Amino acid sequence: MSIISTEELTKKFGEVTAVDHVSFAVERGEIFAFLGPNGAGKSTTIKLLTTLLTPTSGRMEVAGHDPWRESAAVRRTFGIIFQDPSLDTELTAYENMELHGVLYHVPRASRRSRIEELLTFLELWDRRTSLVKEFSGGMKRRLEIARGLLHHPSILFLDEPTLGLDPQTRNHMWSYLKDLNAREHTTVFFTTHYMDEAERIAQRIAVIDHGRIVAQGSPGELKRQTNTQSLEDAFLALTGKTIREEGATSLDQLRMQGRLWRGR
Amino acid sequence: MEVVYILWLRQLKRYGRSRSRIVGSLAQPLLFLVALGFGFGPIYARAGGGNYIQFLAPSVIAMGILFTAMFSGIEVLWDRQFGFLKETLVAPVPRLQVMLGRTLGGATVATLQGTIVFLLTLGVGFRPTHVVQLPLAVVMMFLTAVLFTALGTAVAAVLEDMQGFQLIMNLLVMPLFFLSGALFPLAGLPRAIGFVARIDPLSYGVDGIRGALIGAPHFSLVVDVSVLGVFVAALLAVGSYLFSRMQV
Repeated sequence: MSIISTEELTKKFGEVTAVDHVSFAVERGEIFAFLGPNGAGKSTTIKLLTTLLTPTSGRMEVAGHDPWRESAAVRRTFGIIFQDPSLDTELTAYENMELHGVLYHVPRASRRSRIEELLTFLELWDRRTSLVKEFSGGMKRRLEIARGLLHHPSILFLDEPTLGLDPQTRNHMWSYLKDLNAREHTTVFFTTHYMDEAERIAQRIAVIDHGRIVAQGSPGELKRQTNTQSLEDAFLALTGKTIREEGATSLDQLRMQGRLWRGR
Repeated sequence: MEVVYILWLRQLKRYGRSRSRIVGSLAQPLLFLVALGFGFGPIYARAGGGNYIQFLAPSVIAMGILFTAMFSGIEVLWDRQFGFLKETLVAPVPRLQVMLGRTLGGATVATLQGTIVFLLTLGVGFRPTHVVQLPLAVVMMFLTAVLFTALGTAVAAVLEDMQGFQLIMNLLVMPLFFLSGALFPLAGLPRAIGFVARIDPLSYGVDGIRGALIGAPHFSLVVDVSVLGVFVAALLAVGSYLFSRMQV
């Protein structure tokens, strides 16, 4: 039974069609990679599925509910690790975790131990009382991951979660997620630019380009379809070799400036 | 309830940790108090108005609240830019609670700021004549604070980015302040200005705080509380509606 599905899902920003009649399905308990070059429509699709944007047309369902019309029901089912930072940098690591625990109704009794477990796992427990603004990029990333896992979501959306992490941390994180997937049947929906990561982790992959799905299947199927040896080659065969510019909105540009200012 | 509380607490923590912001936002009320208070004091006294510092001090308290509250509301824009807003917008809690938590937090911060300004006014010679009514003054301050935090939030929910911020300062905050009864008595004004002052919600905040601290309100404390209450209810409703429709 599929836990996430879209049919002809479309999102337009004015003239630009960011997501163009996209249809795919993710099975419950699956690890699903959503791949595409910059500006292909990955993040927009995730925002649509996670109740942050209204679709222009088409149908979508997450855990049996429509993310736009029944947003409250959908929000209870997932956790998300955003591509951009979403921490409160004026709060400590622990305070960020605690705030999240309250927002997601993690019972007070188990909150503290759960926070300790996750912060320890991501090697941040010693820094729990430091303000997040003193953290390095990689530490912030780890904290976001810890936070996204706090409330035991049944679906986990990860938008380029390993961006800026060293191979050790990446490895550590994926083994945790695979274990979580095996143990609790957590559905994992992720995007990444590291093809080796997708090849190793994902059970199924969809490749999106210019807002359209260009291929779907297991890593092996994609390689067979394109007659290539690695997922990286398959990806390049599917999406071409030209370098993409992201069609940045004014808000994205502002964020970019903000990031430059903060030296991230 | 816990959601409202933790978001309220967040605003307080952020306030407590930014000492420079606290000190910086005290400079302006202090400047008004000293420059206008002592500058216009002699003329005001000659015109038969009495002690201008007595008149001006409650206004400067209201001013501190107005600025801090509007900033707290507009902080939504910062949260949007720095990403934290998304964390609250995808959470499985009604956005009304999110809006309430932030607004009450911002309003508490503004009230604290107003209290610090009040202590400063004592330093330059302000003497409240109705000391027993201090709690009432705090109520007036808090109502004013909630009103303008909700207004700031509503405005921030509509603005796309920080570009519009200067516009809001010049077209909303400054007129609200200068056209209220903060700097001059409302009695005997030209009709047009008098009318504008009567529809400016800050007039009732200033009048309420002044009435509670030194007596002789222009309207009456009942009118002040009622008008502030109606504005607060309306702006909370509008603010949470706009906030609930925000997309990232």
